[in-house]
Amino acid sequence: MATEESLQPEVLLIEPEAPALHYWRDLWRYRELLWFLVWRDVLVRYKQTAIGVLWSLLRPLLAMIAFTLVFGLFAKMPSGEAPYPLLVFAAMLPWNFFANALSESSGALIGNANLLTKVYFPRMIVPLSSVIASLLDFAISLGVMAAIMLWYGVFPTWRVLALPLFLLLACVAATGAGLWFSALNVKYRDFRYVVPFLLQFGLYVSPVGFASAVVPEKWRLFYALNPMVGVIDGFRWALLGLKVEVFWPGIVLSTFLSLLLLAGGLRFFRGTERTMADVI
Amino acid sequence: MSAPAISVRNVGKKYLLSHQPREQYTALRDVLSDGVAAFARRLRHPFAPGERADSVEEFWALQDVSFEIKQGERVGIIGRNGAGKSTLLKILSRITEPSTGSIRIRGKVASLLEVGTGFHPELTGRENIYLNGAILGMRREEIRRKFDEIVQFAEIEKFLDTPVKRYSSGMYVRLAFAVAAHLEPEILVVDEVLAVGDAQFQNKCLGKMEAVGREGRTVLFVSHNMGAINKLCDRAIWLESGQLLESSDTETVVQKYLSSAFLGQSTRQFPVKSDKAAQVLQVRLLNGEHQESTEFGLGEEPFVEVRYLLNHELTGIHVACIVTTVQGVHAFSTADTDTNPKFFEARPAGEYVSWVRLPMKDFNSGIYHVAIGIGIPGVQILDRQEALSFTLHDTGGFATLKEGARRAGLLVFEVPWHLREKP
Repeated sequence: MATEESLQPEVLLIEPEAPALHYWRDLWRYRELLWFLVWRDVLVRYKQTAIGVLWSLLRPLLAMIAFTLVFGLFAKMPSGEAPYPLLVFAAMLPWNFFANALSESSGALIGNANLLTKVYFPRMIVPLSSVIASLLDFAISLGVMAAIMLWYGVFPTWRVLALPLFLLLACVAATGAGLWFSALNVKYRDFRYVVPFLLQFGLYVSPVGFASAVVPEKWRLFYALNPMVGVIDGFRWALLGLKVEVFWPGIVLSTFLSLLLLAGGLRFFRGTERTMADVI
Repeated sequence: MSAPAISVRNVGKKYLLSHQPREQYTALRDVLSDGVAAFARRLRHPFAPGERADSVEEFWALQDVSFEIKQGERVGIIGRNGAGKSTLLKILSRITEPSTGSIRIRGKVASLLEVGTGFHPELTGRENIYLNGAILGMRREEIRRKFDEIVQFAEIEKFLDTPVKRYSSGMYVRLAFAVAAHLEPEILVVDEVLAVGDAQFQNKCLGKMEAVGREGRTVLFVSHNMGAINKLCDRAIWLESGQLLESSDTETVVQKYLSSAFLGQSTRQFPVKSDKAAQVLQVRLLNGEHQESTEFGLGEEPFVEVRYLLNHELTGIHVACIVTTVQGVHAFSTADTDTNPKFFEARPAGEYVSWVRLPMKDFNSGIYHVAIGIGIPGVQILDRQEALSFTLHDTGGFATLKEGARRAGLLVFEVPWHLREKP
């Protein structure tokens, strides 16, 4: 191998509390491993369940029907001008992605303990790969969304171009929370019970089954402290066109909080990373 | 003169041991309840000194270890179980950080602490080659280039698209090693991975490792197999309770290690570890009168008695006794299934005692070393202990040369010679 690298071998210094300087460079260098882990997660998920892809179609559809019946039909909640099933499904898209990504990534380090104790790589790759792998289920659901919109004759406007931005916001929130919980899970194993509880709780306090417009005006900003509120509002705004009103200060607050969550997650993860292999 | 490939300076690794018999990780529940208890104690005895330190003890797995390894050098690391070998490898492979000291490494490192790291049972052989390769640090393009070679080395062509959960354990191990064997780092760190597969495959692996060494790469190799260390390494480092005891040419260190570590002891006990499926409990060396001994005369045949424990029923295992010379040459080995294949059938859980006579009538004088292994031949080693050493003493018979020197050779035979009449 006559690459430049081997002509002048770089020097690796191993010390207690080594500076983080090389960490981000290493993360970049191990990007291929990141893709391999994503590829593995996807392959395994669709090989293990007999109905595979069908499962990721059915789950949001059934949830949509249930929410439409309970909130739309029985509780007669307002949906603005959009059909209730569309309102629900537009919210299920980011919420399911967030829930999948968070539950997968928070258990990812424990699930890959054998890797952590036998090979070196930036540990952050593991929860990141879980978040990325969850994007596949999201893509499938997005296809379902397109079909339902077609069925109702609702066509997206130019606003749909903003969808990737809101997806990115969901990724930021999921990654931030995923970093926190995956690292906490290594330290305190009972966090594996906390995450499912939080997600179940979150499904009801986030505006998934109803429009966030039902929240009283004076509580709107407070409500936006939940980062998924901004994401869900954004998805409805981008997909369903003019028919849904948006509370922009809330979206700004959600974005800010998601970024804060990510920054805190990165810091906390880096702090615990040194000792992970010793305690896992 | 090139700079050293690896230079280790005053490296130490500290672990905190909790005295409460608790799991390695913490549960938040425990932290909370401990906190509440401590708070309650504070309320009752506000001026008592804080507790905490007494339940945690420092343990230095490595202490003040320094050495240098030149580029292209092949170095073996030896030492008893718990001497700190694995900790050292983990630090060198960056899996865990040292607590003190520093290490400088020049060149790309690949470490093999286990074969088949990250193998997923649901994925096919082909998929696992790519996954495992990436985990070990190979680039995708590099794996693609070596793919055929890997498959050929593993001898699994026909099962390439079968999930590895359907592989026999032999195939699994061969595939795993094949991927690892095709790494091309400048520095290779290997932990005991040669202890897998059947004898033929092991030889193939050793050959591959030798080839790696000949290509001028730096190799760091941990093993209990003194023969392999002797064959592969130019130099050996001997660790004992976390400290470096000796670092010199392989033969000298191996000889010192084998003779000093166990000589004079005719019986050894091993602590019971409940996490092992099978384990050696006790090994004794006996003479013809069934008395414990480590000293035998030439032509005498020592007896080895092994007491072992199976924690649950096991099928297909054997108990083997491996005899090596003090230079680390594997003289011979014998297993309890050799003459009694019925032993391959299921053995119920429980304690067993078996003994064997070592057929060493024709062996030359010297120090010999006995290791005991329990395992599934060609597949897995369940337990292996470097047990005891004994000496065959020259008794002044024909094996002694006139000048009083020891006759050369591993074996000695008294063979009659005949003079042919001049033609």
